[in-house]
Order: sequence, then C-alpha cells, then structure tokens
Amino acid sequence: MKRLILLAPLTLFVVLGGYFAIGLTRDPARIPSVLIDRPLPEFDLPPIEGFEKGFASDDLRGEVALINVFGSWCESCVIEHPMLMEIAANEDVLIAGLDWKDPNGGGARWLEKNGNPYALVGDDAQGRTAIDLGVTGAPETFVVDRSGRIRYKHIGPITPQVWRETLKPLVEKLKEEGEASRG
Amino acid sequence: MARIVAILMLAFGVAFAIAPRAVAVEPDEVLADPALEARARDISRQLRCVVCQSQSIDDSNAPLAKDMRLIVRERLVAGDSNEEVYAYLVERYGDYVLLNPPIQKNTIVLWAAPLVIFLGAGASAAFYLANMRRETEKAAAAAAERDETTA
Repeated sequence: MKRLILLAPLTLFVVLGGYFAIGLTRDPARIPSVLIDRPLPEFDLPPIEGFEKGFASDDLRGEVALINVFGSWCESCVIEHPMLMEIAANEDVLIAGLDWKDPNGGGARWLEKNGNPYALVGDDAQGRTAIDLGVTGAPETFVVDRSGRIRYKHIGPITPQVWRETLKPLVEKLKEEGEASRG
Repeated sequence: MARIVAILMLAFGVAFAIAPRAVAVEPDEVLADPALEARARDISRQLRCVVCQSQSIDDSNAPLAKDMRLIVRERLVAGDSNEEVYAYLVERYGDYVLLNPPIQKNTIVLWAAPLVIFLGAGASAAFYLANMRRETEKAAAAAAERDETTA
C-alpha cells in the first residue's frame, strides 16, 4: 500500500506529461473544422471584376469539388497556385475559388497574372461567406461531395504531397461514392 | 537608492494598473445604443480571434477579428440574445472560438484536473503529516521509557 502511494507522484507526472506531449505539440493554427460532414452553407457570390459568372453553393450540385479560399493579398496562395493550375489542367475535379476580401479587382488582376485554375470564382468582398465556412486564413481548401456536404478541409497551401497523399485519394473515393449512390 | 527603485517600481505598477487596456474596436464599429455596445464588448471579450489565437476579438486588430466583431454587433441589433450570438459563431468555428471552454464530455478532464490534483495533494499531505506525528509520538514514548528506566 505504502509503495503504491510513493508511486503516485510518478504516475501523475507520466499522465500529465502524456497529455502535454500531445496537446503542446499540436499546431494551434490547425483548428479542426466543425463543418465536416455538414452541408455546405448556402451562398450566392457575385463575380469578380471582369468575370461574367459568380459562384453560388448550388453551382456545385452533383459535383465532387474543391473550394479554394484565396486572395491577392495572400502570400501562401502564390506558392500554392502552380499546384492548383496543375490540378485544373490534369485532373478531373471542379475547382471553385472564393476570392476573400479582395477589394478593387485585386483578385481578377491576380488571376490574370498567375493564371486561372477556377471553373467558378466568387467575390466575397465582405468576408461573410468565409466566416460561414469557418475560414481562419488563406489559403484553405474544402472538399465537397456530390450531395453538397463538406467532407474535408485543408488549411494552408496544397503542396504536391498533400494533393497526392490526401486530397486526390479523397476526391477519387468521393467520386465512386457518388456513382454508387446514383446507380 | 533602494528606496528610489522601489518608488519607481510602484509608479510603474500604478501606471500600468490605471492605463486603459488597448482595445482594437474601431470607431466605425461602435453601436449607437450604449447598452447594446456594452453587450457587444462583453461578448467580444469571450470570443477567440481565430487568426491570432491567444487574443480575444476585442483585443485583436486582425481583419478577421474585425469581421467577427461586426457580426456580433449585427446579431445583437437583429435581436439575438448573448447565447444566440455565441451559438452563431460556435456553429461556424466550433467550441474553439470560446475563450472559456464549456463544461461538457470532452472538457471534463480539463475542468476536473485542478480539483483532483488539489484533493490528491491535500490527501497526501494529510497522510504524510499523520505519519510524521505517529513517528514523533513513538520516539517521544521511547524516550520517556528510557528516562524512566535510567531514573
């Protein structure tokens, strides 16, 4: 009995140490999204300058799509951009862009300069749709399934590794899922 | 010399204590109704800025924090209760947005830990002291016995 009591501080230390080892090494910027497996919030964004069509949540109906939150002011978006261009050119997935708080046609000029990987672009000048989506920073990318539910959120730039190991397998899985439920 | 240092330190302390806390609320955000504005400030202090993490949206001058402050005010003007405003943001950002985590299943360890540790420490201190008293009593008794035999 006495032995056990002497071991108590050590046990306590190990337990707390375990909690801290997990808790303190997590990246605090990666806030898990509460929207996973919930339907995409409804929105209907106007087009950005010089574009004819905007981007509404209904536009994605029946599609497996990526929604990419970007802005011309966002430095990591420049790093991510070539990857999006490559996905748009070589992969069979719809990419929609949400131009977040980008006044005075900044987003349009940025796309002209860097290329446009988006099938649809919406102008979220007030940042309200971004908040409805629980966006904490740009870039962020949501994966939406055919039934219009958010299935995944990636925070930060899509690197080739993220695409290869996480997003692409997920997109392919969601496409099969959609086919099965349709057939 | 020591006295001057002490006076200076005290002066600094007082200055910091009475200085108004830096807030990020900009004049164009402030509501006309002072009661609603007070509620908005109160709520803003309880909401985490999701960009800067350790600041409330009331303290942060990040653009997203400003947007969230505007939403808080908009919801209040629309007639929401404080709880409804919190719920509106929790629905989008999760419990993470609350600086004061609610007591629920996944936070029970967090809330119970201080109490458990406190009680545990108290129990072991009591145990240790009781043990010590027994030891000293035993030693005193032994000493008394020795005294008797030698006397």
